[in-house]
Amino acid sequence: MIRVGVVGLGKMGLSHLSMIRAHPDVSVEAVVDSAGYILGVLSKYTGLKTFTDFEKMLDSVELDAVLIATPTRFHAAMVRTALDRGLHVFCEKPLTLTAAESAELAAVAAVRGLVTQVGYHNRFVGTFREAKRLLEGGAIGRVTHLQAESYGPVVLKAKGTTWRSKRTEGGGCLYDYAAHPLDLATWFVGNATGVGGTILGSVFSENTEDEVYSTIYFADGVSGQLSVNWSDESYRKMTTRVSIFGTQGKIIADRQEIQVYLRSTAPELEGYEPGWTIKSTTELTDEVWFYLRGEEYSAQLDHFVQRIGDPSLPATNDFASAAITDRIIELLTADAAAGPATTTLVGETTASTAPKARRGSLLGRRS
Amino acid sequence: MSTTAPRTADSGGPLTTPGSSKLDPVLFGDNQFFGINHRSEEKAREQAMRFQDLDAIMAVIDDAYASGIRTLMCTTHDRIADVVERVRADPERYDGFSFFPCMPYAHKYADAVTENGILGALNRFMPGEGMLNAMMRGGRSLAKKDIEGIITLLVDAEMAGFAGVRTPVVWLQNVVVDLLLGLGFTDAFAIFANHVRTRYGAEPGFITMNLPMLLDHLDQAGIENPLVCSNINKIGFRMSGGVEAYQDALAKRPFRAVAMSVFASGAIPPREALEWIYAQPGIESIVFGASSRSHIESTVALVREFEN
Repeated sequence: MIRVGVVGLGKMGLSHLSMIRAHPDVSVEAVVDSAGYILGVLSKYTGLKTFTDFEKMLDSVELDAVLIATPTRFHAAMVRTALDRGLHVFCEKPLTLTAAESAELAAVAAVRGLVTQVGYHNRFVGTFREAKRLLEGGAIGRVTHLQAESYGPVVLKAKGTTWRSKRTEGGGCLYDYAAHPLDLATWFVGNATGVGGTILGSVFSENTEDEVYSTIYFADGVSGQLSVNWSDESYRKMTTRVSIFGTQGKIIADRQEIQVYLRSTAPELEGYEPGWTIKSTTELTDEVWFYLRGEEYSAQLDHFVQRIGDPSLPATNDFASAAITDRIIELLTADAAAGPATTTLVGETTASTAPKARRGSLLGRRS
Repeated sequence: MSTTAPRTADSGGPLTTPGSSKLDPVLFGDNQFFGINHRSEEKAREQAMRFQDLDAIMAVIDDAYASGIRTLMCTTHDRIADVVERVRADPERYDGFSFFPCMPYAHKYADAVTENGILGALNRFMPGEGMLNAMMRGGRSLAKKDIEGIITLLVDAEMAGFAGVRTPVVWLQNVVVDLLLGLGFTDAFAIFANHVRTRYGAEPGFITMNLPMLLDHLDQAGIENPLVCSNINKIGFRMSGGVEAYQDALAKRPFRAVAMSVFASGAIPPREALEWIYAQPGIESIVFGASSRSHIESTVALVREFEN
């Protein structure tokens, strides 16, 4: 039995708690939250041991691992404390609010040989896993471009009252929404070498952004575009789609299906024809022990549990991988803050349409 | 399942089980009206566009009625209130028609939690504003009667839109059932069941993606012969615990099974899917959604064929 403590019982924390408590190899030893009313209900009706203080919980119960789902600004300190105590850590995304801190925590965990994971659940979606498998097999030749999009109906009016509406606490469309398609993009085509033309726009929010658009330059000359909007009520719920263009074909994947177009010159691939092949989530998804809100949420927790049992298993979503995503988030923030850099022909700019002059970028410009 | 009137495979009569407390053999689902499609985002969007017009929804419901279907198993989506209004306004046209509300419409709550936190969201959807605030003041923990109060008030809020139409069964949605199931909050099932029975004279139902595990917990909650709806299909799509465990439960455990996702969102051809369903013991009813008359009629015809 792997003994787990769950920290933070908001929307994600409660659902993680429900899934991991149902896992046959896990015993949930304690839960932590600052809200007494939730702890009272859980202790009375579910028999869980409850704490309002993280360190007190760590002092009081024997654990192998913690699952952290607090607001993002608390992640860094809690993760560090847990690692210092020799605990394996599953942390909700994004890992921390600075790339340096995420990288440092990844290094600490590596030195201590601890299992780490961040909740980028899309890497456990059957269709996205199939896309990854196809790319690794060179199915669409050399990748030239990737488009990563997410849309959904989260913020539909000006005032929110939780941490998710405050950028300083890790709220906002960039941290909360764009992190997902970004993380998928880095999984598919690797780390970014730079970003440009980033727009963090507001539709409704006063203290954070509701839209994220950017051009991302990846290694090996792969270009990417990111388009994210969490104030789009034409979507019933969050919808993430990645389109990948290669010299031998293209892949379009969302949670429900993967559509693959292969040129007649593409390498032969079992189960795929030249032209379009469409596969659905029903044929690409493995069964899980317990289903709450999508197989991927269960599967990612199972992956964490399996890796604690056998740390030599290949890692999906460890801290080092999440730190790459955090770095790009930081690049996007700095690029947007630097203002637009545009190209105009001599004599064309007018006062009313000229963008503000770009301040010296923290990151340097691509030449 | 027995029916009174003889009928042929391609025509005739309501698909009901008169004089019996059993559910109709076929319930009509509503996913297709709200842009929910488990296999394709494009198809989902097409449907969302088509069904933003209430008349388009009613036309499909009328097709279902004409083919003999008498029950709409529906979410508590705001737009269902408009459907209820049409049915309530024309009792002769919709003679014998029932709604099986499935509550809550979870995305409404999930988005509210993102925006206002858990307490804020509860406050927003609970009638009798301020009650929750009063309970929270001073941070005292919630007593049993408070929890009962919250659950029953939330149920009442969701049921308000169904006044004046028949709701013989009230379902708890799988995202809530399975959340409570994983947490081990078994008492909540009994609170829901008691309230639905006493306040609405209706049969409580539970939707789940984890049938074998839920049956154990409903046993513990003291709910006898429960009405449970879950995915049941030949390819084991979203049947947590595995097809064999489901078949074992169907054969041996005392519960009333309603099968959904019998076609696994279109992954199994209709005849093959239903042939398999009717070979399983103990399935009382199936729920399916469709948006064309031909699809409704062909499915109903298959059901009439296999049922006889």
